[in-house]
Amino acid sequence: MAEEMIKVSVWRGDAEGEFVEFDVPRQESQTVLDVVTHIQRHVDPTLSYRFACRVGVCGSCAMTVNGKARWTCRSHVSNVIEDGRIEIRPLESLPVVKDLVVDMTDFFDKWAKAKGSFVPTATRNDEMAEVSPRDKQRRLADAGIECIGCGVCYATCDVVKWKPDYLGPAAMNRSWTLVNDVRDGGNEERIRAIAGDDGCLGCHSQQGCVERCPQKLNPTMAIAGLKRETIRAAIKGKL
Amino acid sequence: MENVARSETWLWLAQRVSAMVLAVCVIVHIATMIYAVQQGLSTAAISARISGNLMWLGFYTTFVAAVSIHAPIGVRTVLLEATELPQKRVGLLAMLFGLFILVLGFRAIFGLYGMSL
Amino acid sequence: MKSQNRNHPTYWAFVLHRLSGVLLAVFIPVHLYVLSLAVTDGAMLDQLLGWTETPMVKLMESGLVVMLAAHLTGGLRLLVLEFLGWYDWQKTAVAFSVGISLCVGLVFLLNAS
Repeated sequence: MAEEMIKVSVWRGDAEGEFVEFDVPRQESQTVLDVVTHIQRHVDPTLSYRFACRVGVCGSCAMTVNGKARWTCRSHVSNVIEDGRIEIRPLESLPVVKDLVVDMTDFFDKWAKAKGSFVPTATRNDEMAEVSPRDKQRRLADAGIECIGCGVCYATCDVVKWKPDYLGPAAMNRSWTLVNDVRDGGNEERIRAIAGDDGCLGCHSQQGCVERCPQKLNPTMAIAGLKRETIRAAIKGKL
Repeated sequence: MENVARSETWLWLAQRVSAMVLAVCVIVHIATMIYAVQQGLSTAAISARISGNLMWLGFYTTFVAAVSIHAPIGVRTVLLEATELPQKRVGLLAMLFGLFILVLGFRAIFGLYGMSL
Repeated sequence: MKSQNRNHPTYWAFVLHRLSGVLLAVFIPVHLYVLSLAVTDGAMLDQLLGWTETPMVKLMESGLVVMLAAHLTGGLRLLVLEFLGWYDWQKTAVAFSVGISLCVGLVFLLNAS
């Protein structure tokens, strides 16, 4: 019985390179990560790619599949295949190290630039903070904390493509969770960090990030919240 | 660095506030135009509506002022995102565009207001 | 295959908003200049206005009204999103924006002919 084959076009090289075609046997419940793994193990061991958990909790395997950024371990071939073909290339908007591997430095640098880290206000000698999960601010924070830094939103965002210094959806989504964390003490500096055209004001609400986030987060909503905080700070003279 | 963010924030706010003003002005304007076009457009008809009329003068002055703030800031954003022009140059172009609209607009309005039939 | 990220309503809402904005930015100086002719050269303005009576121009004017209405409704959607927070009916609002814009343009066209 003839095996059904998928025509897979894979990016090889870095910024300069080319697409190389492979024929991969189609299998039931096959994911795109399975396809990439098959190529590296049985056809061309020089193919470079990232993965870790294989089960959709780490975000390492994010790549551009048939034009859309996705987690390859959670992308069934049957859902992405077009006319028997799959095109796999690295995440966009980040420098390519080799083949399907990108340099995530910019992504995480912007996280830091957006002050996306917790600033403590209590010590181990203080009582534990009591924050109800039903508290309005806590709910806003909870809506965004499941981000695992996979880079899919960043690779999808148009503004990131147009403005190299734009902080991006993930970094600002994280900032918003901290703005709403009542235990955090770094908001004055944080708002200053995300203000301006390279920060929250650069977002035009196209919502590519919302469309593609595998965790179903809403960075556009977070950024809208940041916009309001920015204006409040500007009016109070705190910028 | 912070000063840039601050001025960009005020520009953004001016954009949004002028947008709210324009939302009202535009609705009034479209309604007026639908009515005016039905009556037949002419120099006489236009100046008849506006000349000596403080209400229209006030309305159109507000309208032009809001446009001269809103449009240049919008154009500035488009230029910054779609071209490689340096930021200072774009800021200057936007400001000139704003002045241009202001001058053209006020010339038209005050001229029409002062016209006698 | 080029980027296929963009086939969703809010992306097209953005494109429409930007295009209509640029178009209006180009149109407005022309509009204001023509209007000022009422003061400086009324005869010329009347001549121009006569020229605008043709169906082709009426169609273009309606197009402009649609662009203006589209920019307005798109802008209102943004203002709600940014200042009032998030609601699930956002996408429906996009559809309404487009619909209302077209209606307004139609009203203009019908009244003008």
